[in-house]
Amino acid sequence: MDYTEKVMDHFMNPRNVGKIENADAIAEVGNASCGDVIKMYLKIQGETIEDIKFQTFGCGAAIAVSSQTTEMVKGKTLREALDLTRDQVAEELGGLPPIKMHCSNLAADALHQAVKTYMKDHGIAER
Amino acid sequence: MERIYLDYNATTPVRAEVRDAVLPFLNDLFGNPSSRHLEGRQVKTKIEAARAQVATAIGAEPERIVFNAGATEGNVTILRGYQVNYKEKKGRDHIIISAVEHPCIYDTAKKMAGEGYAVTFVPVDGEGNIDLDGLKKAITERTGLISVMAVNNETGVIYPVKEIAKIAREKGILFHTDAAQAIGKMPFDVKDIDADFVTMSAHKFYAPKGIGALYIKKGKRLDPLLTGGHQEANRRAGTENVVGMIAMGRALELATGELATDRERIGKIRDEFERRILAEVPHSRRNGGADNRLYTTSNISFRFVEGEAVQLKLDHFGIAVSTGSACSSGTLDPSHVVMAMCNGDEETAHSSIRFSFGKYSKMEEIGYVVDRVKEVVAQLRSFSPLYDKFLSSQGK
Ligand code: FES
Repeated sequence: MDYTEKVMDHFMNPRNVGKIENADAIAEVGNASCGDVIKMYLKIQGETIEDIKFQTFGCGAAIAVSSQTTEMVKGKTLREALDLTRDQVAEELGGLPPIKMHCSNLAADALHQAVKTYMKDHGIAER
Repeated sequence: MERIYLDYNATTPVRAEVRDAVLPFLNDLFGNPSSRHLEGRQVKTKIEAARAQVATAIGAEPERIVFNAGATEGNVTILRGYQVNYKEKKGRDHIIISAVEHPCIYDTAKKMAGEGYAVTFVPVDGEGNIDLDGLKKAITERTGLISVMAVNNETGVIYPVKEIAKIAREKGILFHTDAAQAIGKMPFDVKDIDADFVTMSAHKFYAPKGIGALYIKKGKRLDPLLTGGHQEANRRAGTENVVGMIAMGRALELATGELATDRERIGKIRDEFERRILAEVPHSRRNGGADNRLYTTSNISFRFVEGEAVQLKLDHFGIAVSTGSACSSGTLDPSHVVMAMCNGDEETAHSSIRFSFGKYSKMEEIGYVVDRVKEVVAQLRSFSPLYDKFLSSQGK
């Protein structure tokens, strides 16, 4: 299976790339299967993700998934971000080749890790 | 947009002269070479002429050439044939291969290791050169076969097969070389090298895919993988790939006549490309020593970016290259070749791109390719967490 047009669009023109100075939450996760790295930076206002940016060292799918993930949670609440799954991201992208599904874990993992740490530090209940 | 194909080590287009040579065999000359009637005999004569063309190109007698389906078949035939023909007879259950062999050798040898064989993988140094002392030391009384490729497909590094054949011969060990990347691109004489077995693949020199050949030295036995009919003097059963054989013979004849001019012309393009890339893209490194490399290949790692992403972007800009990155392999394993050269440093393999040049490469294309590579690598670095880390470690 090839990359869908939407994957290619996010890969060629990734949204929300870079980092946020003075981010409220940061998480970095590495991919055990192929050694790739995704880092997410979040700016949080109250319980809302005001801004989100990412840095990714990885394949086309990893970059597209990172980009798509940031688009899907920007402006959403922390709990909504926690509810986002890798399958939803992959679906939004029109699907991923099976061997690339693990790349979509990375972005969701980084996002969830950042959000959870922030909630814990700020005494916000996850549910 | 016109494409720029820089993946000649993967495969080459079929050249016009070769296409012309096979057309009659897609029309009137359809006979089965094993048939005794005129239709068969006509074709038989032609495939024997093709066999002679292949033989002449590598300094062999025609009867030493066995056509097959390509390098994978050739290489697996050697390793598996060795198991059948030699081990039981001499108790020699140890084989030696280099750590940078093509997967069809590498993985088959690994399988054999799981089947009770002893297999030594001889390492290479940072420039991709084989550790000859290590190879000599690995030899034991049980060693029966050494297999080292003539030219590495990923880096273009040339291996001293003549020397290795000599080492093997002195110890009564069989020597095989996978010459898929060498034959048709550099002078290659089986008698001078004194190899027992040589693997060839025709689609690397402008013939179609699915045809190759083995050279088997006189007096050496090798049971076929495919048994059945008496084709190829009982050395490979199955109705002949007539079109492939005709194509391979013609293509190799042409290639052999053009070795010197290709080397000169393609080598200049490769050298200029590599000089500019290494000078103009920061944190790029060449995989493989500067010398002792085939003139067709340039394997470069661009630190902090992943190879599949680079490949995909270049493809978008009309440039075809390949990568040793784990992300682009079907198994998510990085190239064992590049890994072997950089002490298992995964990041170097991860970010490696192979540019391979050939007959239709043009010097005028180089500027465009270099510019796109610069642009793509810079863009991917702009959001690479590894690059960011590197910059902060430099205090930037
Ligand atoms: S990041 Fe390695 S396969 Fe996607």
